[in-house]
Amino acid sequence: MSIPRNWRTRQQRYSLKAEVCNACGNTIFPPRDVCPHCAEQKQSWTNLSGRGEIYSFTTMYSAPAGFEEYAPYTMALVKLAEGPMITAQLTDVDTEDVKIGMPVEMVTRKLSQDGDEGQILYGYKFRPMLRQVA
Amino acid sequence: MLKPDRDVGIVGYGAYVPRYRLPASEVARVWTDGSGGLPIKEKAVAGLDEDTLSMSVEAARNALERARIDPSEIRAVWVGSESHPYAVKPTSTIVAEAIGAAPSVQAADLEFACKAGSEAIVMGMGIVGSGMGRYVLAIGMDTAQARPGDALEYTAASGGAAFLIGPAAESAAVYEASLSHVTDTPDFWRRAYAHYPSHGHRFTGEPAYFEHVTTAGRRLMAELGTVPADYNYVVLHQPNTKFPQRAAQILGFTTEQLKTGLLVPVIGNTYAGSSLIGLTAILDIAKPGDRIFMVSFGSGAGSDAFSIRVTDRITEIQNRAPQTQDYIARRKVIDYATYVRYRHKLQMK
Repeated sequence: MSIPRNWRTRQQRYSLKAEVCNACGNTIFPPRDVCPHCAEQKQSWTNLSGRGEIYSFTTMYSAPAGFEEYAPYTMALVKLAEGPMITAQLTDVDTEDVKIGMPVEMVTRKLSQDGDEGQILYGYKFRPMLRQVA
Repeated sequence: MLKPDRDVGIVGYGAYVPRYRLPASEVARVWTDGSGGLPIKEKAVAGLDEDTLSMSVEAARNALERARIDPSEIRAVWVGSESHPYAVKPTSTIVAEAIGAAPSVQAADLEFACKAGSEAIVMGMGIVGSGMGRYVLAIGMDTAQARPGDALEYTAASGGAAFLIGPAAESAAVYEASLSHVTDTPDFWRRAYAHYPSHGHRFTGEPAYFEHVTTAGRRLMAELGTVPADYNYVVLHQPNTKFPQRAAQILGFTTEQLKTGLLVPVIGNTYAGSSLIGLTAILDIAKPGDRIFMVSFGSGAGSDAFSIRVTDRITEIQNRAPQTQDYIARRKVIDYATYVRYRHKLQMK
């Protein structure tokens, strides 16, 4: 686990800090130097709603190192309301209840931890919408 | 009695309760062969990827949804808990970063057993009431620990609430005053590096909970010149169902005044979050002009009492974020084995 990389990406992990391209208007997540849509370098910071829907998903029974304690868990491609598609773990949902098209919302959760003495890594996951609010 | 120069109140509030519930009957099944009375129906249990930080972030976001303020105007983020994820590295800085309050902000983690959250509120009243800052975010949140088989295992739960303290003119509820009563009482403690707390059995009830809750409550009402009948609701720290019921009765409140904020039968004792999340359940349904009396309690020991008056703004903000009962209704019952796994009581290596 890389402490510098985790520190550098903390805002996008905690709160989906994203960019909008000033040239083509597309929302960019994760943030990067060059727009993946039009190759321009003009971007402004933006906040995402955290809402989206499940585009596809798969359940992990054999988890990679560092994630064993969470298995089985479901990974999903989430199509965000603002456009970007991101890969994230689902939480607070039973495996059999996950459906394509299910509305989900972002929550900040523990992703992993570096043994008993290292850093705890927090970041975004998605769960079924708790409720529609005004 | 503590009353700031400038009137302050609650600009936004937010609760959090995790999804999982452990019925008290499951603890009894494993440890007492199902015999004996149960102190509550069930308690809320944090999932594998939840801790005081993740739960604080969600409650804080709910408070901000209701307040609709610019988070960079928050001048302090204080998180009261006895289950901070790190022994050394603040929960509060991560919360501040996640909600957009960093970097021009005071941040610290507080510990006073179950009173750390209400202590953060009093500190917030001081900052806002003195004019040093416009908004303060005060959080009480816990993933409470309990030794397997101990009496506290029935009730030690996860959850809490966040309050955005700000000027009275922007508030949905205004603090009329607060009063604290604190002594050195050996009722409950956890030593450094110890997984589970210990308790001084005979000190738990009368010398600790009842002495502090009723003294703080009585003195605040005496200094304000109010009586229990002046309040629509009362919410007390709730380590089990009986203690707040009896303390409310001693203070002169009715079961009707107590019932809305009495969440312990269905979520357990959320420690630093206990009286605070009870207050959120009241604010969710309160009407302009209602008055609320709150008394927290923390072992070691002390109580903070508050007299609160609800303003016209309450109806605007109640539905801007999930209500406390929405979280209580989101519920998946787990058995004792799953609880042991979720609370990391299994030795994996």
